Amino acid sequence: MVLVFFAYFALVSIAAGVLVVALRHPVHCALALLALLLHVSGLFILLNAEFLWAVQVIVYVGAILVLYLFVLMLMNLKTDERYFHSSALYFVGPAVLGAMYVLYLILQSPFDGAKGTAPPNVVLQDGDTYAVGIKMFSDHILQFEIVGIFLLGAIIGAIVLAKAPKVLDPEKERS
Amino acid sequence: MIPLSAYTAVSAVLFTTGLLGVLVRRNFIIVLMSVEMMLNAANINLVAFSHYLESMSGQLVALFVIAIAAGEAAVGLAIIIVVFRGKISTNVDEMNLLKW
Repeated sequence: MVLVFFAYFALVSIAAGVLVVALRHPVHCALALLALLLHVSGLFILLNAEFLWAVQVIVYVGAILVLYLFVLMLMNLKTDERYFHSSALYFVGPAVLGAMYVLYLILQSPFDGAKGTAPPNVVLQDGDTYAVGIKMFSDHILQFEIVGIFLLGAIIGAIVLAKAPKVLDPEKERS
Repeated sequence: MIPLSAYTAVSAVLFTTGLLGVLVRRNFIIVLMSVEMMLNAANINLVAFSHYLESMSGQLVALFVIAIAAGEAAVGLAIIIVVFRGKISTNVDEMNLLKW
């Protein structure tokens, strides 16, 4: 059952990712990105990360993607031309082959390593949100504060950048 | 039980697609969307390793990545609005005012 869900989420997210790159109309690209983000959040659920699932849906789909769609509507873009010269195939062909080989190596690899301190049954006992909270506010409190400062800086930067410039009045400048 | 390598493979495919989008597309907004896609691919990797190596740190880093992505989207879209207001198109090839 888990395998069916994994296959569904993985295949649809890859297909949506290809559509983001391939579609012509920017709004359609944004909607494909919406499908991609929702299905990636489904993968998070399969990995026992419910808190990240909620954050992904609320922050990515609810805030960031709406911001993108808002700017797209504001600018009223039609379509854009893509530049893909046929001579680029000389580079893309070997690149695709190399990527397939790397993918094959990844699929073969067992990726074993030292286990940490949060096995799934311990995490599931109190829930993922509890485990994330305990870890974040004990070991990673400094990074948490830094991210807060960063977001404040990003807000101020966005407001300063997007503010309409004042029209200079030559009469007022002289007096 | 799904092997960890399956998740890393999905992540690799998504990351490569996003990289291709950054390189091929010429619309600034779609380039930013492709960057979001690459960040998401990195998140899948982080959460998958966090689950299979039984450590919580991966999920925390994924949370921080989401926060950084939010800031990046806000500032990037503000820059797009400024550029578009100056009657320059959103084509990344035509934005060369700061080129030396």
